[in-house]
Amino acid sequence: MYEFDWSSIPGSLPFLWDGMKISLEITLQAIVVGIVWGTLLAMMRLSSIKPLSLFAAGYVNLFRAVPLVMVLLWFFLIVPRFIEQLFGLPTGTDLRLTSAMIGFALFESAYYSEIIRAGIQSVPKGQMAACQALGMTYGQSMRLVILPQAFRNMVPLLLTQGIILFQDTSLVYVSALADFFGAAYKVGDRDGRLVEMLLFAGAVYFVICFAASQLVKRLQKKYHPA
Amino acid sequence: MGYQWNWGIFFQPSATGDDTYFGWMLAGFKMTIGLSLSAWVIALLLGALIGVLRTVPNRFLAGLASAYVELFRNIPLLVQLFIWYFVLPELLPPSIGEIYKQSNPILQQFLASMVCLGLFTSARVAEQVRSGINSLPRGQKNAGLALGFTLPQTYRFVILPMAFRLVVPPLTSEFLNIFKNSAVCSTIGLLELAAQGRQLVDYTAQPYESFIAVTLAYILINVTVMTLMHKFEKRIAVPGYIGGK
Repeated sequence: MYEFDWSSIPGSLPFLWDGMKISLEITLQAIVVGIVWGTLLAMMRLSSIKPLSLFAAGYVNLFRAVPLVMVLLWFFLIVPRFIEQLFGLPTGTDLRLTSAMIGFALFESAYYSEIIRAGIQSVPKGQMAACQALGMTYGQSMRLVILPQAFRNMVPLLLTQGIILFQDTSLVYVSALADFFGAAYKVGDRDGRLVEMLLFAGAVYFVICFAASQLVKRLQKKYHPA
Repeated sequence: MGYQWNWGIFFQPSATGDDTYFGWMLAGFKMTIGLSLSAWVIALLLGALIGVLRTVPNRFLAGLASAYVELFRNIPLLVQLFIWYFVLPELLPPSIGEIYKQSNPILQQFLASMVCLGLFTSARVAEQVRSGINSLPRGQKNAGLALGFTLPQTYRFVILPMAFRLVVPPLTSEFLNIFKNSAVCSTIGLLELAAQGRQLVDYTAQPYESFIAVTLAYILINVTVMTLMHKFEKRIAVPGYIGGK
């Protein structure tokens, strides 16, 4: 039978923690950008101005049709060279993290925008009509009446998407970044202890994601007792 | 910016000489389709079973099924794939492990990818099946039992025929996901579409054409599956139900 040897974990914890910080950093910024840009996209999609709604529909459908791995490869292999040439940066500037973050945020925005669109559409139509009857502009009614209610309904879904996103960050492995998973893989590869490190990484992800999803469930029960 | 576009690159003989670069893409395309479809079969069968188990009154079985779902949903796909590919062969009894490790490496990659994608997706399918069953009015089950059906009969003749039809629209999106998720398998060296894309960039020095072509291939898969499933959904929709619409 296989003999387990967990001894490379304690010494590598600081390195793994650095990796976890990168994972969390990517997750957090993708959530923030995703919600802001996703809201704008959702509003464009629902707007009566044709070019705007076409653009948003095209954007969302494009990103939802393409695998995340493919998007990350674009932003790893192609986009950095393009940016270098565009801004005249010296070749070889390390744009991996920035580029992966941009790719991530643009990709996740498409998913967030679909959640937010459903949220906005879940607010009864009469609310918009009431705003207009009160003399509010479109922007005012969105900001003061529709969006606050929509977001309240969406909170559990947005958080769940955040957990999925955190899991997805492990895919920055394809751009050779040392996020938590990348760090665990590197340690395992170095010490010849890939089996232990991969199981450890799996366990850590499981604990974090399971705990987070239980929290979301409790939150949901508190705000939306079914 | 001085980039030389050359779409003709796909019809030039590849570096290894036995194929064109288009042939490489086609091979990747076939691998993606073959992998996704075989994993989908696993996902549907297991997912249906686990989803049903989650709704049965037996506490132990329902608990086991929900532990299964939580396990596969809370670990990133990439980590699961690496565990199937790198860890599991080590943990098998040495005699079986050796046979496996000496088999064709492409077969090993394919098997690990297929099982990984299949089980990962089965947890999601199970959730859809469960919510499909739970969305049925409770009276249906009670009526079945009141007519003297046993619980398995009630499932077999009353609940499942309805639930499986209601669950088709949400399963469409899982079906689309399995094709997209299959790209993750490029990380263990399986030469599917995304991996062929990377190779094309390395060998042809025409990164834009290569990636645009591969991205379009994924969009093609997506659109085709959506069109087919839409037709299927229409045929299978339960009259009178708004269901997935």
